[in-house]
Amino acid sequence: MRPVLRPLSMSAATPTLPAPPATVGRRLATFLFRRPKLQVGLLLAAPLTWLVLAYLGSLAALFVAAFWRLDPFTSEIVHDYGLQNFRTIVEGDVYRTIAFRTIGIAAAVTVADMVIAFPIAYYMAKVASPRVRGLLIVAVLMPLWSSYLVKVYAWRVILQEEGILNWVLSPFNLSGPGFGNVATWLVFTYLWLPFMILPLYAGLERIPRSLLEASSDLGAGGWLTFRRVVLPLAFPAAVAGSIFTFSLTLGDYITPTLVSSTQFIGNVVYVNVGVANNLPFAAAFATVPVLVMVVYLALAKRLGAFDSL
Amino acid sequence: MVESRLARYGLRLATGATLAFIYAPLIVIALYAFNERRTQTWPIKGWTLDWFGKALDNPGVREALLTSLKAAAGATALALVLGTLASLAVQRYRFFGRETVSFLVILPLALPGIVTGMALNSTFGEVLGIQLGLFTVIVGHATFCIVVVYNNVLARLRRVVRSIEEASMDLGADTWQTFRYVTLPATRTALLAGALLAFALSFDEVIVTTFTAGAQQTLPIWIFTNLSRPNQLPIVNVVAVLVILLSFIPVYFAQKLSQESAGGVPAAGGAR
Amino acid sequence: MNQIPDITLERVTKRFEDVVAVDDLSLEIAPGSFFAMLGPSGCGKTTTLRMIGGFEEQTEGRILLGERDVSGLPPYRRDVNTVFQSYALFPHLSLFENVAFGLRRRGVKGGDVRRRVEEMLELVALPGLGKRKPRQLSGGQQQRVALARALVNSPRVLLLDEPLGALDLKLRKQMQLELKRIQNDVGITFVHVTHDQEEAMTMADTIAVMNGGKIEQLGSPAELYEHPQTAFVAGFLGASNLLRGRPNGDGTVALDAGGAVHVPDGSLNGRSGRVSVGFRPEKVRIDRAGTAAPDGLNRLEGTVADESYVGVSTQYIVETAAGPVAVYSQNADPGARAHGRGDRVLLAWSPESTFVVDTPSQDEEEIE
Repeated sequence: MRPVLRPLSMSAATPTLPAPPATVGRRLATFLFRRPKLQVGLLLAAPLTWLVLAYLGSLAALFVAAFWRLDPFTSEIVHDYGLQNFRTIVEGDVYRTIAFRTIGIAAAVTVADMVIAFPIAYYMAKVASPRVRGLLIVAVLMPLWSSYLVKVYAWRVILQEEGILNWVLSPFNLSGPGFGNVATWLVFTYLWLPFMILPLYAGLERIPRSLLEASSDLGAGGWLTFRRVVLPLAFPAAVAGSIFTFSLTLGDYITPTLVSSTQFIGNVVYVNVGVANNLPFAAAFATVPVLVMVVYLALAKRLGAFDSL
Repeated sequence: MVESRLARYGLRLATGATLAFIYAPLIVIALYAFNERRTQTWPIKGWTLDWFGKALDNPGVREALLTSLKAAAGATALALVLGTLASLAVQRYRFFGRETVSFLVILPLALPGIVTGMALNSTFGEVLGIQLGLFTVIVGHATFCIVVVYNNVLARLRRVVRSIEEASMDLGADTWQTFRYVTLPATRTALLAGALLAFALSFDEVIVTTFTAGAQQTLPIWIFTNLSRPNQLPIVNVVAVLVILLSFIPVYFAQKLSQESAGGVPAAGGAR
Repeated sequence: MNQIPDITLERVTKRFEDVVAVDDLSLEIAPGSFFAMLGPSGCGKTTTLRMIGGFEEQTEGRILLGERDVSGLPPYRRDVNTVFQSYALFPHLSLFENVAFGLRRRGVKGGDVRRRVEEMLELVALPGLGKRKPRQLSGGQQQRVALARALVNSPRVLLLDEPLGALDLKLRKQMQLELKRIQNDVGITFVHVTHDQEEAMTMADTIAVMNGGKIEQLGSPAELYEHPQTAFVAGFLGASNLLRGRPNGDGTVALDAGGAVHVPDGSLNGRSGRVSVGFRPEKVRIDRAGTAAPDGLNRLEGTVADESYVGVSTQYIVETAAGPVAVYSQNADPGARAHGRGDRVLLAWSPESTFVVDTPSQDEEEIE
């Protein structure tokens, strides 16, 4: 049916429209219109004041505190700038062990998460129907936000001597890992898994189906296509996900406390801030994960992970 | 079909197994909430609802729940305001330091919780001289919740809002009227989704809270303190189930909101 | 013109960092006219429109609406309304509220609002759809709502930013005629931006052909088509043949390839260096070689290199000493024999249909 625009008779009968009222608000708006810089300033005043002044500022102050030291006699913090804390960390066997243990487990967790996350991410991105995909996304996202502490506690209950894992394995004359490094690795892998699944999913989803079809059309079998086409394209997304798994493991102290008796970086920092009241040392040791993350982030940026975030 | 039948079958299997892996511990804890005995052995011999009653009666639990709700509400409100302001600035204007705003906003969430916690603790204690309490918990939570609101709103602003804002101004609405009649309604669902996620984030957080709470206990802190008291564990189980449910609900709705307006996959929002 | 132009641009320049989008542009738009800005993408036409509307601020120069300098005024303080390329309908408001938006901001009372909006919806043939939301409408319907929403405010000038781009061909042609008719009835000045030369020629009284931020030529469709002043305009509006040469000094142009071409008086415009003479393919007679052509016509001999039957015409490419020449020959007489490949032919065209332009650079030269 052909739409017909009728002749406009409006100019004939209708009186002119009133002008918009000139309120204070309007004048202020017009004043601001020519001054975009002022607008930005007003908008960012509140958020930036807090983030830059308070947060960044205190981070800087923390870093400065790392160079102070705790006087062992008076138990007071002395503003005596020096590298004593860092020396302790680098030279002390204990601290070196703890640092390497933490970093080592962080790496193991990252690898495990990548391996587990890949099949489900691929399924969601390429194989599942849109309806199933939507359901899967919700299914993966929901536990992500539900209490971290509860999850660790759940694993503690599962892994403990009388827990369900041992009960399931006992008919086979096996037993679970109990508490310890393996347990921490397992729990961390569990906790950060959704953080790896989602970026991987997003990255795989971006690979156009036509690329895979072209590869197959050109004679590459499934495995070859996977190795040569999918993996390289999904790699930045995997690196993006690994940023989370790595950094979250490095700073954590609660999980080691609950499922192991060994110390991680987080534990040392926590103990020194609280019980020992040795803020300078805590700050110094805390720079280790921060440093590692800075290097990792720089590497990740190189590998293109930031475009996949 | 590019993947072989075998491959697809394998993928389906792996997906199911992974989902089972993800949900199994939560289900186990839920089961334990009905455990009759005080000890946490497996298998569970008797079932009861008693602990639910006892948990809800427990004054410590009630107090902690209330504190958590108040903190989450306050943090969400603060994050909404600050996050929206920041995203408006970044989306609309080109200015020096634009990329750093996005970086700054995500920093509290990206750095290990313990670092953020220590930093905030010293800011409150030494620099500002404020006593630790509910207020500091709220501000601390808001610091890392900003990014969730910011990401959601920014994504929405980028998609459609600039042209309808111009249309609004073309039709005679000044800056404030445009914000009220056009920008706000058009970003409503993104704001809601961001708020829901921020709420869940705050409700669940424990490390930064430890450093910014005074005598108050939020629910996660209550759980942590009571983990070392074997007598309290049955109540802890119930509280655990409660916490799981309470955070599932906002996330589910936030997801629905983002999906129905984006028509696809929304941004994951952030870590933790 | 004796009336005050509705829109005046005085030496307007717009720079984006190191890109000059609009370069020292001046123009006047007469009240009540349908004005089109035509050009390829990137020529600055949309930027110019946005500056008139107030969405961009010019780097240099003045913009006047009537007698009023509106530089620096935000869009809500200018008496213009815009139909956006993407329509920009408010997704959270119904059709009715979309159209009523401008009225409500002015404080028009409820009963009045209803009356005007309903009148406008009738006008754009969407009566009774007031309660629908934009996402429930087709592209063509959305476009008409955008038009209604702008027109209901009785602006002095209506700006249209390629509004028909997203419509299918048939609907587009319909809307071109409807828009022209509305403009005629209402008498509001329309400023229409498009890259489609046929659209511009169908709808506009005056066209400004733009390229690289500047106006190449401004005039009525006929003026632009029959007497293009630059090679760009000649090539953008329809097809043209360009042959190189030098003025002889007596009002004719000597072709590089030999022979002289008569051009209309004054069209050389004082040029003395290298020039190109042009003529449209449909203005050329094509006859068998050896036929006597009427006196006074420009002539060229050649061989038919290509021949395509296109229904309404037959299109030839003829190789001549001056290069390939395109000829469109209307199939008025179905019995007449078309010329075939390899035939030697004589091309003839009137000096009145010839125009002179500066020799274009390599990539501007074209024949169809």
